[in-house]
Amino acid sequence: MYSTNYHRASSLKDAQALFKKAGDGKFVSGGQTLLPTMKQRLAAPSDLIDLRHVKDLKGIKVSGKKVTIGAATTHAEVATNDKIVKVCPAICSLASHIGDPAVRHMGTIGGSIANNDPAADYPAAMMALGATIHTNKRQIAADKFFKGMFETALKDGEIITAVEFSAPKKAAYSKYPNPASRYAMCGVFVADHGKGDVRVAVTGAGNDGVFRHKAMEKALAADWSPEAVASAKVNEGDMLSDIHGNEAYRANLVRVMAKRAVAAAG
Amino acid sequence: MSTVSTAVNGKSVEAVQADVDPRTLLVEFIREHLRLTGTHVGCDTAQCGACTVHMNGRAVKSCSMLALQAQGADVTTIEGLAKDGALHPMQAAFHECHGLQCGFCTPGMVMSSVQLLADNPKATEQEIREALEGNLCRCTGYHNIVKAVQQCQAGGVPANA
Ligand SMILES: Cc1cc2nc3c(=O)[nH]c(=O)nc-3n(C[C@H](O)[C@H](O)[C@H](O)COP(=O)(O)OP(=O)(O)OC[C@H]3O[C@@H](n4cnc5c(N)ncnc54)[C@H](O)[C@@H]3O)c2cc1C
Ligand code: FES
Ligand code: FES
Repeated sequence: MYSTNYHRASSLKDAQALFKKAGDGKFVSGGQTLLPTMKQRLAAPSDLIDLRHVKDLKGIKVSGKKVTIGAATTHAEVATNDKIVKVCPAICSLASHIGDPAVRHMGTIGGSIANNDPAADYPAAMMALGATIHTNKRQIAADKFFKGMFETALKDGEIITAVEFSAPKKAAYSKYPNPASRYAMCGVFVADHGKGDVRVAVTGAGNDGVFRHKAMEKALAADWSPEAVASAKVNEGDMLSDIHGNEAYRANLVRVMAKRAVAAAG
Repeated sequence: MSTVSTAVNGKSVEAVQADVDPRTLLVEFIREHLRLTGTHVGCDTAQCGACTVHMNGRAVKSCSMLALQAQGADVTTIEGLAKDGALHPMQAAFHECHGLQCGFCTPGMVMSSVQLLADNPKATEQEIREALEGNLCRCTGYHNIVKAVQQCQAGGVPANA
C-alpha cells in the first residue's frame, strides 16, 4: 500500500471539510473494497476520510411501507433488522448472503452502491425496488444512479447519506454466487409493486453492470409465474464473459435466477 | 506517524498505544507492534479469514482494515480467549475433536466460531458451515471443525456421543 493519511469524520460537515482539505482524498466506510484495492496499489488516495462514525449516516427507519437505510449501515445490520424483515425480507436475505460474516460486519450499503461493482448485490435491489439514493447534495433515482461498471452519478466529493424505498407487495432475490469470491455470477431481484408495476434487475451477468430486464418485467406484469420468464429472450451480446462463465452460460443463468426469484417471491 | 490506541484483550485503551505509519494494517499492529502473533496472515487479500479478530464483539478481518480504523475500539485476539490459564471452551473443543492439523487457520477459525455461536447458539450443521464460509482450511476438510463447534455448542459433550 502507498502511504496515506487517515481522518475520522465526526459529522457530515466535518467529512466535507476534510475532503476539501485533502489533496486526493477518498471516503472510506467499511473499507472492504477500498482497503484491498489500496493494498494492490490500484488506488492510492493521499487521505482517507472515515465515514463509519458519522451519526447522520447510520440507522434504519421503517414507517409504514417506507424504508430508509443510512449509508453507513452494515450488511449485517440490514440482514438482521427486525423492522425491515417485516416489510421487505428480500433485502435482508440479500444482505445476509454478501461475502461472509466478517465482510458483513464491516461492509456498508453506501460503500457497496458507491462502488457499483458489476457483480455486487445491492445495485440489483436498488434498481428493482425503485430506490432513491440520498446524497449530501441531492436525491437520485436508482435508474439514473448506476451508470455501468464501477460508474455512478456521484460527483467528486459527493457523499451518499441514505437509500430510501417503498416496500413492494412481494419481492425476492436469487443469486448464483461464484464459489470462490461469493460475488454474484448472476443475481436477479424481482419486485411486484402492484398495479402492473413490476421490476426485474440483473447483476453479475451484464457486460455493463446492473440492468433492468424490461421484457421480463412486461411478462411478469401480465402473468406473475416462473413460466412467464422461462422463455424470455436474454441477449448474449450484452452478457459478461470471463473464466467463470461465457455469454451463453450467463444468459441462461439470468433466466434460471429470474425463475427462482419469482418462485421464491410466491 | 499517528498514534493508535485500542483496548486489547482486556487491557485498557490507555494501556495499548503505539505510534504507527497511518497505512499500518490492524493485523500488523497486532503482530508487529503488540507482538501478539497468534493472529495469522494467510492470504492478505480478505479471502481466508486466518486474521479474524473481534472488534467491539464483531468478527472482522484484521488484514483488511487499518489499525487507525480500530482506534478506541475493543479488540480481542485469539490470545484473549483463554481465562486464567484455562482454554476457552471453543479452543478445548477444537483440541478434543482434532479440529486442526497444521493449525494455521485455527486462530481465525476459533474466533469466527465463537462469534457464530454467540449470534446463533442453536446453529444447525448447515448454518455452522455457512457461518464459516469466510474461513479457509487447507488441511482438515472441515468435518472436524464443524464437529468441534457442535461439541462446544453441546457444552463440551462430544457431538457424536
Ligand atoms: C471477501 C469479500 C467478499 C465479498 N463478497 C461480496 C458479495 O458477495 N456481494 C457484494 O455485493 N459485495 C461483496 N463484497 C464487497 C463488500 O460488500 C463491500 O463491503 C462493499 O462493496 C463496499 O462497501 P464498504 O462499506 O466496505 O466500502 P469501502 O470499501 O469503504 O468504499 C468503497 C468505495 O465507495 C466509496 N464510498 C464509501 N462510502 C461512501 C459514501 N457514503 N458516499 C460516497 N462514496 C462512498 C469509497 O470512497 C470507495 O470508493 C465482498 C468483499 C470481500 C472482501
Ligand atoms: S489474511 Fe486476512 S483474510 Fe486472509
Ligand atoms: S489446519 Fe491447516 S489450514 Fe486448517
